[in-house]
Amino acid sequence: MTTLTLNGRTYEVEADPEMPLLWAIRDHLNLTGTKYGCGIAQCGACTVHLDGQPVRACQTRLGDVGAAKITTIEGISGPVAEAVRTAWRKLDVVQCGYCQSGQMMSAIGLLSDNKAPSDADIDAAMDGNVCRCGTYQRIRAAIHDAARSLA
Amino acid sequence: MLNSRIKTRQVPLREDAVTSRRTFLRGSATAAGALVIGLTLDLKGARAAGGPDLSKAPAKPNAFVRIAADDTVTVVIKHLDMGQGNTTGLATIVAEELDADWGQMRAVFAPADASLYNNLAFGPIQGTGGSTAVANSWIQLRKAGAAARAMLVAAASAEWKVPAGEITIEKGVMRHKSGKEGRFGAFAAKAAVQPIPENPALKDPAAFRLIGTTLKRLDSDAKTDGSAKYALDVRRPGQLTALVARAPRFGATLKSVDDTAAKAVPGVVQVVRIPSGVAVVARDTWSAMKGREALTLTWDDAGAERQSTESQAAAYKALADKPGLVASQRGDAAGAIKGAAKVLEAEFSFPYLAHAPMEPLNATIERAGDGSYDIYAGSQFQTIEQAVAAGILGTTADKVRITTLWAGGSFGRRATASADYIAEAAAILKATGEKAPIHLVWTREDDITGGYYRPAAYHRIRAGLDAKGAITGWEHRIVGKSIIIGTPLEAMMVKDGVDATTVEGASDTPYALPAYRFEVHNAREGVPVLWWRSVGHSHTAQAMEVFVDELAHAAGQDPVAYRLGLLKQAPRLSAALTLAAEKAGWSARDQKPGRGYGVAAHESFGSYVAMVADVTAEAGKVKVNRIVAAVDVGVAVNPDVIRAQVEGAVGFALSSVLRNRITFKDGEVQEKNFDTYEPTRMSEMPKVEVHIVPSAAAPTGIGEPGVPVLAPAIANAVFAATGQRLRSLPLDVAGLRGV
Ligand code: FES
Ligand code: FES
Repeated sequence: MTTLTLNGRTYEVEADPEMPLLWAIRDHLNLTGTKYGCGIAQCGACTVHLDGQPVRACQTRLGDVGAAKITTIEGISGPVAEAVRTAWRKLDVVQCGYCQSGQMMSAIGLLSDNKAPSDADIDAAMDGNVCRCGTYQRIRAAIHDAARSLA
Repeated sequence: MLNSRIKTRQVPLREDAVTSRRTFLRGSATAAGALVIGLTLDLKGARAAGGPDLSKAPAKPNAFVRIAADDTVTVVIKHLDMGQGNTTGLATIVAEELDADWGQMRAVFAPADASLYNNLAFGPIQGTGGSTAVANSWIQLRKAGAAARAMLVAAASAEWKVPAGEITIEKGVMRHKSGKEGRFGAFAAKAAVQPIPENPALKDPAAFRLIGTTLKRLDSDAKTDGSAKYALDVRRPGQLTALVARAPRFGATLKSVDDTAAKAVPGVVQVVRIPSGVAVVARDTWSAMKGREALTLTWDDAGAERQSTESQAAAYKALADKPGLVASQRGDAAGAIKGAAKVLEAEFSFPYLAHAPMEPLNATIERAGDGSYDIYAGSQFQTIEQAVAAGILGTTADKVRITTLWAGGSFGRRATASADYIAEAAAILKATGEKAPIHLVWTREDDITGGYYRPAAYHRIRAGLDAKGAITGWEHRIVGKSIIIGTPLEAMMVKDGVDATTVEGASDTPYALPAYRFEVHNAREGVPVLWWRSVGHSHTAQAMEVFVDELAHAAGQDPVAYRLGLLKQAPRLSAALTLAAEKAGWSARDQKPGRGYGVAAHESFGSYVAMVADVTAEAGKVKVNRIVAAVDVGVAVNPDVIRAQVEGAVGFALSSVLRNRITFKDGEVQEKNFDTYEPTRMSEMPKVEVHIVPSAAAPTGIGEPGVPVLAPAIANAVFAATGQRLRSLPLDVAGLRGV
C-alpha cells in the first residue's frame, strides 16, 4: 500500500511500487487527464508536478514518490496555471488535445521559474513535449501571452 | 420525435456536460422543450450495403440539431474529430443558417448509424477521411439549420400572431417590429410540432455572419482542463486491460506459447490466443505490460515478410526498368522527349512512414445484458468497425453500438478496411468469454512497429525541354504497394489495376504537359500499408514539385513564373501560388549562399495550397526558418481552424521531411519508439504564416492538403541555398556538403 498526496487529497494505492506513477494515476486513481504517449521519457504527455516541479510520470516509480505533493492537470491552480489555461483557450492552441495536459504542465513549470521566458528558454523547457499535431507555434505564442498577463 | 437510440447514445464532450445532458433528456422525454430537426436521406445505398432496412420502421429523422429549453443548440457530429476541428466547423454551419449565437452552440458525437450519419462522400458508410467532413456536410447541415430556423419562426409567428416573414433572428434572438422578442429555448417545444420544411431557403453567402469569422473552438475548454475524454480514458465497471504480443515479422504465425510466467505476474487475469497473437489481460496497464514481457513465444516465419530496406529499394528500381500499368497518358511522350533540346531525368525514393498519433490505438468493448455489444473508440470508420466486430462476435452489425470519443490524432491510422485494432479487441472479448469489458491498448512500440504504414515508393521521371525551356514531354513511373488492392474497397476504388491513391497528384497533374505518360507498378509485399495524412500526395507532390523546379532551373526561369506559365488552365492553384509568393516577398527574396527560398504548389482533395519555405542550410544541417502558405479551400468556414490545420501540417510533416523513416532488417522493423522515430519538436518549428484565398466556391477540406507541399518547398529551398538537389525523403541532410 502506497500513500499518495495528489491534488490536495490523500490516496491509498495498492500496486507494485515499481509501477510508474503514470499508471497508478490513470488506472488506479482513474484520473485520466495525464496521458501516456511513449513510456520512455520522449514525449512529455505524462508530465505532472512533484512539489511544483514538472516530472515525467512514466519515469517516476510509485515507490519513489514518498511524501512529495503530486499535481495533475485536474488539480492545477494559482495565477500561473490560470494564466496558462487562459492563454491556451484564448489562442485556441489545441488540436487533438492529447498532448496538451503535458504541454501545459511543462509551461506552468517554466513560467513558475521564469516570468519572462525568451524563445530560447521556451525551446529548452518545451523540447521534451511532443505535439504530433504540430501546435508548437501556438504553444509558444500562448506561453508569451501568459507571461505578459502575469507581468 | 427524439429517436430513443440517439437519446441514450450521445456522448457528452466533457464530464460536466453529463448533468445538463441528463436534465435535458428528462425534459425531452416528457415532450417538453426539445426540437429535433430531421432530414430524410436516400436510404437506397444503405440497404444495398446490407444496412438496416428502415423502410418499415417508424420514421426516424436524421437528427443533426437539437434545441433545448435552456436555449442551447446541440449539433450532432457524425465525424471523428481527431484534432482537425470539424466539431467546430460543423457546428458553425448549423449556427449560421440558424442565426444562432455562437455561445449557445454545443456538440455531441453521433452514434454509429450509417442510415442517418453516413459520409455523403463515401456513400453508405459512416466514416471520416479524405478531408471530407466539412465538404460532405455543407449542404446537409445548412439545410438542417435552415429547417430548424423556419420551424422556430413558424412557432413564433403562431404565438405572436404576426406573419412569419416579419420575424427576424439575430444572435439567437427572434424579434418582431411590434416589440415582441424571444429566444430559441422558449419556442423549442412549439417549434418541434411544426412541419419540417423539405427545402428550406438557404442563406445568401453574402449574409454569412459566423462563417468566415474567428470563433472559439468548441473543444478548447475540455482539452485544457483534463476533462476531454479519449478512448484511452474509458473506464467501464470491471474492465480489464489487454496488450497483445504480435509477431516480430509481418505474416508470421504463432508456433508455441509458454504463458506460465506471464500468468504468475500479479494483476494478470488471463492469457488468450487470438488471430494476431497472444493477448495478456490484466487488472491494469502496467500488469499487462509485465505479463506480456514474461511470455515465451516462438513464431513460424514460413509465410513471413523477410525483406530489408536495401533489398526492397533494389527491387523497386528493377521494377521501374520495366513498363508498368498506364495511369494516364496523352500524345507520344517518348517521342516528344527524344526530339527535345534538353532531357532531364531524376529518381525519388520514399520510405514507409508510421502515423504515430499521440494517443496510441485502443478501444474498449463489452457485452451488454441483452447480448448486444458496446465499443468505445476514436472510431473513424464506424460502419466497417460494426460489421467487422459483428462478424467476429457472431452477431449482426446493428447489435454493435459504437460510442465515438475524441481521438488523440489519427492521420489515417484509425481508418482501416480491416478495422484491425477493433477486430483485435473483439477477438479478445470473445476469447475471454465475454465476461468483463476489455480495453485493448497498443503501446507506442506496438504502434511504431505495427504496420499500416504509408507505403514506400519509388519514382523515376524523364522530361524534355525545347530550346526555350518549355516542356515537350513527361514520362513518369511510380512503384509502390497499393493501399486498396486486396482490401474490400478494391472493387470500388481500383480501375484496371491502377489504384488512384498511388498516383494521385501526379497522373492528374494540373500542369499543362503537351505529352505525358504516367505508369504504375503495384509492388507485392507483406507489409500492411495505409493512407497517411494526404495519402498518395505525400510522395507524388515531392516528385512533381521538385522535378518542375529542376526544369525551371534548367530552363533558366524563375520557379514561380515557370509554374504559373504551366498553370494557365488552373486558375485556383495559380492564385494560391501568386498569393504565397507575394506574401513571402518572393521577388525581393534574400538569396545568399547557405540561405534559400523554395516554392511548391499542389492541389489535393479539392483544395489548393502553395508554400514558400525559407531555410538555412549548411553541411549536415537544415533549419527551416519560415513557411508562408496560401490556401484556397472554397468558402473558409472557420479561418482560424484552417490556419491551425496548415500550421499543424507543417509541424506534423517536418519530421518526415528531415528524418522519419520505417526501415526493415530481415523483415523486422528497426524503429520502436519516439527515440528512433522522432516527431518534430518545439525548437525545430518554423514560423508559419497562412493566408487564405477568398473564395465563394463550396468548401473543401484542409486536414490533409497542407502536408504535400512542405517537403518540396523545403527541398527546393535547400537547392537554392546550396546548389544541391535532395530529392528523396527524408532529405539526406547528413549528406549535405557545405556551400
Ligand atoms: S509517456 Fe512519459 S514521456 Fe512519453
Ligand atoms: S494537440 Fe494533438 S498531439 Fe498535441
